[in-house]
Amino acid sequence: MSISTTETEEFEGLSSQLAMRRLPRFAGLYSAFIAAALTAVIVGLTPAQGVAGSVVIWFVLFMVVQTAWSFAVEGRRFASDRLATTLISTSFLIALAALVWIITSVTIRGLKAFSADFVTTTMRNVSPLREGGGLWHALIGTLEQVGIAALIAVPISILVAIYLVEYGTGRLAQWVTFFVDVMTGVPSIVAGLFIYTFWVLTFGFERSGFAASLALTILMIPVIVRSTEEMLKIVPNDLREASYALGVPKWKTIVRIVIPTAFGGIVTGIMLSIARVAGETAPLLLTTFLSQSLNTNPFSGPQASIPTFVWDQISSGTPASIDRAWAGALVLIMVVVIFYGLARLVAKLTAPAKD
Amino acid sequence: MNTSLKPLDAQASRVQGSSVRVGDRIFRGMTRGAGIFVLILMASIGAFLVWKAIPAFQNNTGNFFTTQEWFPDSDPPVFGIAALAFGTAISSLMAMLIAVPIAIGTALFIAFYANRRVSTSLGFLIDVLAAVPSIIYGLWGLQVLMTHMDGITKWLNDYLGFIPLFRNELGIYTKSIFIASVVLAIMILPTISALSREVFLQVPRAHREAALALGATRWETIRMAVIPFGKPGVISATMLGLGRALGETIAVALILSAAFEINWHITEPSGNTFAANIALKWNEAGPIGLSALIASGLILFIITLVVNMVARSIIAKHKEFSGANG
Repeated sequence: MSISTTETEEFEGLSSQLAMRRLPRFAGLYSAFIAAALTAVIVGLTPAQGVAGSVVIWFVLFMVVQTAWSFAVEGRRFASDRLATTLISTSFLIALAALVWIITSVTIRGLKAFSADFVTTTMRNVSPLREGGGLWHALIGTLEQVGIAALIAVPISILVAIYLVEYGTGRLAQWVTFFVDVMTGVPSIVAGLFIYTFWVLTFGFERSGFAASLALTILMIPVIVRSTEEMLKIVPNDLREASYALGVPKWKTIVRIVIPTAFGGIVTGIMLSIARVAGETAPLLLTTFLSQSLNTNPFSGPQASIPTFVWDQISSGTPASIDRAWAGALVLIMVVVIFYGLARLVAKLTAPAKD
Repeated sequence: MNTSLKPLDAQASRVQGSSVRVGDRIFRGMTRGAGIFVLILMASIGAFLVWKAIPAFQNNTGNFFTTQEWFPDSDPPVFGIAALAFGTAISSLMAMLIAVPIAIGTALFIAFYANRRVSTSLGFLIDVLAAVPSIIYGLWGLQVLMTHMDGITKWLNDYLGFIPLFRNELGIYTKSIFIASVVLAIMILPTISALSREVFLQVPRAHREAALALGATRWETIRMAVIPFGKPGVISATMLGLGRALGETIAVALILSAAFEINWHITEPSGNTFAANIALKWNEAGPIGLSALIASGLILFIITLVVNMVARSIIAKHKEFSGANG
């Protein structure tokens, strides 16, 4: 994609030999040391304190030292280039640090209450104050709710994607494309609100795991449509035309040729959408609420799920339940990771052979 | 692609007779029906929310838009979205202020600075942030981040306290809009970053090489060739991030202390948003309370709809980047 770093560096090296004065090779490192020394002085002499504070002071000094030095030797253009490089690299490091911080917190704190029992027991008759209990009921709930949601969302979404890629022309297709995109941005709580008004308030059904599935369906549809659309688009036209040439009708060409060709990609997209909705909390709070014991029937009564289990444990707020919340978060991350892993596996297994 | 297939298709059905056309017609009808279903679904979300919000509007004795209190189940019901709108707006804006520069920097780093061999993996790492469920962000924000935020919020109060936004008169620094904004910023960062990166990578190579050939530094190349090309994409990515921040529920509900007042001191425990309020009040609400929450959800739906539509139409105008990852 880009001109590789080595090329650019060679080029800069060449230009410096020919014409310009440049900073020494390890100028960044030297600046870092100078900034560190200055930071030590400042922290020693002034009331500024704390690790975070020192890092910030050091970083600001580092930028000042490096930019000033570069400005004096290389001029304004190279000084601003160095400053930009520092800022851009730092923003990436901040994003990465956030990720690492979150994942390690969940892993370390989650392992406190995590055990085999945690996965296989429920919260039935477990007081918030006591340790023990688990999320078996929530795990079952999540799998059922997400499974039903997928059963409903997958056929609809694939049909929509087929319409957009194979048939859709004109106004209607434009509208559908646009609203599928807009639907991606519907807040999950609004999906929950809608299902509640529709399913519970209008049709009078009770809150249940199935109502939660309906809410998750709304969140899944746009994701699967988009990914399936992308996959169908990359099926070579030659395949379709070869099929037509043999007299195969269009619908059969799509069902027997196009879909199987894109199958791997479609399944990957479905897995990713499952991973995304498995962590949804807000719509479930509205549509199934909480439950402390196992309810395997998604059509009747409140049903737990892992995200609402975590929510409930946080709300209890006792040390034991906070530990359970972290362990629940760990299990939730594992569920998400498993679906992502499955997605990658499917993508790998069904990837077209490289010639 | 479709246009090139049309004549062939028509021919095929003419040759084979009506049996082919029936199967095709049914299948086509099914796919078309699914497409129309999506449109109906979107329309009915709006319609049902409006319908079920009516009782709240009819019974409200306060002004829906300017009242700060939320007592929909008292007699007479008094409630309004002023505090919710304020909290939603200020937390999202703060989150954008923090996230947008970092996200664009991250996108630039992955697209142009990182070693080409690892840049895809680095992009994947940042996308992992988008896969972390919001309940985990909430738990982390409440239990981990909040305990580390005292230093910076105290510093803001001590040195920037002359700005009302950063003044803290209570001396309590937890459960504030500021902390919620930081968490929101981390949550929307991958959304903005992924789409921006996609756009940056589509800058024609010739543009960048031309700049480099003229002796531009890497930063000058980005400023002159990459940013102008990618601007509409970055703007729409930002809008999509804003949409996500506005509608985020659980993380915010866990962190904020849910007060129905407009408090400009964002480092004090206070604040509430549309989405968080729905999650927190839902299970204790009576009939009018539910209707009032639905009404506030309707406002949230309209706001996010507008934000997303604007973002999508910017993308649609520049068809080259499809926003497939958005």
